[in-house]
Amino acid sequence: MPVATYLKEIDKDSSNLIKALQTVQKHEGFISDENLKELAEYFSMPPVEVEGVVSFYAQFKRSKPGQFIISVCDGTACHIKGSDLVKNWITEETGIESGETDDEGVFSVETVACLGCCSLAPVMAVNGKVHGNLSRKKVQKTLRQYREEAHND
Amino acid sequence: MIKRIKVGTASCGIAAGADEVYDYLSKNVTDHDVVEVGCIGHCYAEPLVEVETEDRSYFFENVEPTEEDLKNILDVGEEKRLTFRKERKDKELLKVSRLAGRIVPTSLQEYKENGGYQALEKALEMDPDNVVEEVKNSGLRGRGGGGFPTGIKWGLLAAKEDETKILICNADEGDPGAFMDKSLMECVPHQVMEGMLIAAHATGASEVFIYVRAEYPRAIEHLTTAIDQIIENKINVLNGKEIGIQVKEGAGAFVCGEETAMIHSLEGKRGMPRFRPPYPTDDGYKGHPTVINNVESYANVPVIISEGADEYSKVGTEGSKGTKLFALAGDLEYTGIVEVPMGITIGEIVYDIGGAEKGSVKAVQIGGPSGGCIPAKHFDTPVDYDSLNSLGAIMGSGGLIVIGNNRCMVETARYFLDFTARESCGKCTFCRVGNMRLLETLERITKGNGTQADIDLLEDLGPKIVDGSLCGLGQTAPNPVLSTLRFFKDEYKAHVEDKVCPALVCNDLVEIEIDHDTCIECMACVKTCPVDAISDDIEVDVDTCTRCNSCIEVCPVDAISRIPLRGE
Repeated sequence: MPVATYLKEIDKDSSNLIKALQTVQKHEGFISDENLKELAEYFSMPPVEVEGVVSFYAQFKRSKPGQFIISVCDGTACHIKGSDLVKNWITEETGIESGETDDEGVFSVETVACLGCCSLAPVMAVNGKVHGNLSRKKVQKTLRQYREEAHND
Repeated sequence: MIKRIKVGTASCGIAAGADEVYDYLSKNVTDHDVVEVGCIGHCYAEPLVEVETEDRSYFFENVEPTEEDLKNILDVGEEKRLTFRKERKDKELLKVSRLAGRIVPTSLQEYKENGGYQALEKALEMDPDNVVEEVKNSGLRGRGGGGFPTGIKWGLLAAKEDETKILICNADEGDPGAFMDKSLMECVPHQVMEGMLIAAHATGASEVFIYVRAEYPRAIEHLTTAIDQIIENKINVLNGKEIGIQVKEGAGAFVCGEETAMIHSLEGKRGMPRFRPPYPTDDGYKGHPTVINNVESYANVPVIISEGADEYSKVGTEGSKGTKLFALAGDLEYTGIVEVPMGITIGEIVYDIGGAEKGSVKAVQIGGPSGGCIPAKHFDTPVDYDSLNSLGAIMGSGGLIVIGNNRCMVETARYFLDFTARESCGKCTFCRVGNMRLLETLERITKGNGTQADIDLLEDLGPKIVDGSLCGLGQTAPNPVLSTLRFFKDEYKAHVEDKVCPALVCNDLVEIEIDHDTCIECMACVKTCPVDAISDDIEVDVDTCTRCNSCIEVCPVDAISRIPLRGE
């Protein structure tokens, strides 16, 4: 869909670029080459400048993510409580590592700095919903539920 | 007689399953109101339910969405009753977080009923200069880490004649391990806004921005609701002058916590810091005079104005006044958020409030990746800006991670460097290249390939990165390495000289051993091993094993353990 449809509320001032990128990503799941060019036009700036902003911030994705995005927290508390193990467990279950998307387009895995739920470490979030006090079993169970949900859709 | 039932649904509660509890209670409780509140700081007990009766409140911990728990709650029974430990009650002092978790965060009415916006009213009757004076006299210093006196910053902005003056709330709480600001925004968004509006009156600011991490969706939601209510009720019209309020979401860059980087990010650009001076008070957002304060600093302001600077400054030490929120996590019993008077010792926080067992703790990491590790022998150090600096740590924003004896300090330092090396924006060579070199060196050491020359390199390069970097990120990035080298050099030496990780954490220096006398041959480990490294006669193939600990976790008789790697 052309990005302009999402941007009605957003003023063409270039200080709104990040907000516009966030809006586009919310709808499309990522920033495609197409979207990037349209945004550059919208804010009357060279595409390379938009790309510069996109590549600077960890939040923006340039490729299409899976239906469920697993964000493994690697904040301090999670790290000392074994976030490396959580990553292993997720890889066991999904076959993909951080930064990848599986072939069916069900899961993407990413590592994030801190979800701010340190007291429940180790934690991961799936599409923003946080799952805490993870064990191998809990990771398996949680991801299998999501997989089922994906199949039912 | 039950008045109403409150379920703590801040993001810590939700992660523990509070959403399900709330849904279950609201569906099955018909006679009383069931409402969602924030977090009272006792995160270890989540999901938490509070039953408000005519005369007092009862708290229930680890509540599940079951008939049994529901009945117990409605009967105000003894099961799962949360007791507030005396050790903690005696040490904490709830001022800034007084209302957190006690009121419905998005209810303006409830905030007002509990004294909300009275400080703003009082401030509006005062001359702006007097408000600035009051904040100066209170001794409030920036709660975001730097510790710059808030009142002095305000005075600089107030002195500017410009038409457009900007106030920014730094809510880009990027330190892994810190979640106090998140909690304040989720639980008492109106209090943060009240502080900002008082600041706007005092400094003559015309526009305010709140720069929040995108990773905090609930905080954004509650702030946005609060702002809508403020605008609807014209609370942002201060003596006839309307103040513009905007929430801006960050996009996941740690360096944006630095003020000039944050300003660039707000302008829609790459969030890179720049040289100061000019300071933001002279040349800030789009060239306008700008002041940036942290969430907790703003949340302190209504307290200062309500009780007056004299009363406020009675709490704390000579150079650090008031209270401080800490996020407690790591190897301790009672994780959560705690508000304590400045000057309390680290030991009191870790042992009395956190319930960590004496002797089980090696150090605390304070101030996140910019901070340092303080060893247990220095736990009598009072928590104030200056004492912590003298130990090579910083107050930081208030993340306090307790590190148990079973953790490796070299690996902890490696972890922080991995974070800062990735988050370096790349502008300054020392930060961009130097931190990468530190990281590579630490990786060599944790893999057992380090030499004495590597330790020398760390000691030599660290201070140069501090000197050669423009902003707070680079200037503090080597702190975790330098402070662990200062207090835990023996661990570095063990990795380098004996090729041993004393805490048995570094995977390349350990192997898995199965004690065949204890083993009951249940084969659980064989079946669990993700890489088939355990044979049918229950022997571990060291070369295939990834040290993932899956076998240790499933072993029902604890027959499997990590031991130092045996040589050839």
